[in-house]
Parts: sequence; structure tokens; C-alpha cells
Amino acid sequence: MAESTVLITLVGMALVTYIPRLIPAWFLRDKHLPAFLIAWLRYVPVAVLAALLLPSLLIEGDQINFSTSNLYLWAAIPAGLVAWKKKSLFGTVILGMLVVAILRWFIP
Amino acid sequence: MTEIQTSSFPKPAWGHTLSTAMPVVLGYLPIGFAYGVLAINAGLSIFQIVLMSIIVYAGSSQLIAVSLFAQAIHPLSIIATTFIVNLRHLLMSAALAPHLSEWKKRQVALFSFELTDESFGVHSLRFDRGENQPKPTITINIICQSAWILGSFLGAVAGNLIQDVRPFALDYALPAMFIALLVLQIKNRTYLLIAVFSAILSLILWQFGVTQWHVIIATIIAASIGAGVDTWQNQQS
Repeated sequence: MAESTVLITLVGMALVTYIPRLIPAWFLRDKHLPAFLIAWLRYVPVAVLAALLLPSLLIEGDQINFSTSNLYLWAAIPAGLVAWKKKSLFGTVILGMLVVAILRWFIP
Repeated sequence: MTEIQTSSFPKPAWGHTLSTAMPVVLGYLPIGFAYGVLAINAGLSIFQIVLMSIIVYAGSSQLIAVSLFAQAIHPLSIIATTFIVNLRHLLMSAALAPHLSEWKKRQVALFSFELTDESFGVHSLRFDRGENQPKPTITINIICQSAWILGSFLGAVAGNLIQDVRPFALDYALPAMFIALLVLQIKNRTYLLIAVFSAILSLILWQFGVTQWHVIIATIIAASIGAGVDTWQNQQS
């Protein structure tokens, strides 16, 4: 791909990423929102993070791997426990990566 | 962990700002590094790799774009895919909007530019605690993006030496971060049920071929059920 084509693509990507990030924050911030919408927005964080998480754990390549050979799933157990007990984002990330690295070391 | 000051005279709590950003930084350095390595191997230049991290700044879509560049997919298709993958930020931006009512417009514009899954997770927790002052919030974002850019750059430089990121488990930083951010968001049983429902629905949709929209559709349906339950419970009491 030509240098200029890549640059135009990058600018296009930047625009289509920024617009959805900006529009709601810009237009909804000083509105008095209805109670149902406020309740709805309260549940968006858990819903979107859960919807991102499960596929990121289970999908390998282009199919679902729900077997014991899925290291992502095993590592999610200690990582989830640390997140729950210690409330530590950093501890969770480090432990999760460590567990996956060690498992890969022992399981070729 | 010390008590968090939420008084009306905000202190320059640099230590607190840094420690808030640190988990994201430690997640972004390895993921950014992985992105840089993969992008070099896909044929992008160091300049293009770093530029993408500066102006797009969206981890998963950058990784997807790299694989599309490697397959020489049409630019419009790359842009359209990026749009769909990042459309979920619409919901995150809407969820944070009520906390930005006192902010200046340029602060909102800058904040939105650096709204990612991870910064959203961090800020939605902070904002709930009343920590929504613009300066520390934007500072946290800038620290996080700097880590992303630095990781990308280092990965691009090292890219010619490394062919496989798997032995270092760099690829697990992202799922691990989702785990932590999700667990920290669960405040009661309703939240837990909504999370489980949304996760399973997202996976089922993906399985049925809705591979671009599964996250957005699952989120909208699950959050609507949560809001419905809340409204119903309020009417009961």
C-alpha cells in the first residue's frame, strides 16, 4: 500500500474513532436526562465490559474454545479472585499474565 | 491505600493520579509493544505505527487494522471496520457524560479523544466516588496514552527481532484488564446478573455470526434489562 494511502487510512480511522467518543459526551453532558436513561447508563459499564470479556477469553482464532486446553480461561480464575479480594487492577493484570506465561512454559 | 480526599479544594495529588493511571500503564506498555511488533511484521513503518497510536488510540481496533493492512484490505474497509469496532465508545461516552456537566468544552473534547475501554473503566469508578475534576482526569488519560505510544514505539523498534509475543503472555494483558475492570464494577447482585447475561448474550451473538456488533447489541439489551429492573423495583417500594 502506498505511503499516502496508509496515511489517509489512518486519518479516516482517527475520525471514525473520535466522533462516537465525542458526540454523547458533548451533547448529553448538560441535559437533564430521564430516570430510565440514567438507570440504563448505570448498567452500561458492567454490560459492555462483560460483553467484551467473555469473547476475549473464549474465542481463539475464529472459533470458541471451551475446553481445558484454553489457558485464558484457567488464568481468569486467579485473576478474578485477585480482582475481587484485593480490588487491584494492577495485581490482576500482572498475575493473569504471569499465570498464562507459566502455563505456556510447562504446556508446549 | 489512604483515604481519598473529595473536598472542594482539590490538592495537586500527583501520587494519587499516578497510582490511578499505573495499572493501565502496565497493561498498555505490553499490549502496545505487542501491537508494535505485529505492525512491523505487517509491513507498516515505525512512523505509521506511532502515528496510529497518537491519532487513533484504540487498542483492539489498531490490532485488527494491522492484520487488515497485512492482507492489503481496501482502505475504506479498514476504516469501516475501525468504526464498527469502536462504536461501543458511544455508550461509554454517554455513560460518563452526566459527570462532565461542569467541564469546559475543550476539556470535554480532549477527554473524549482519549476515551478507551480501560480509561472508561478507571474513570467510571473514580466519577462514582466524586473524583471528576477535569485536570487529574485528563492527566490520567495523557499518562495512559503516553504509555500506549511508548509501548507501540518500543514494539516497532524491537519488531524485527521478535516474531512471537506469546511466550511473554503479552496477549493476556487485555483480557486480564477486562476481568479487573468488570469485577470492580459489580456493586450488587443485579449488576452481577446483568454482567453474566451480557457476557453470554455477546458470545451467543458472536457464535451466530454477529461478529462485529455482538458487543454493542449485548450491551444495549443487558443495560435495558438492568434499567427495567431498577425502575420496577423503585415502583414497588
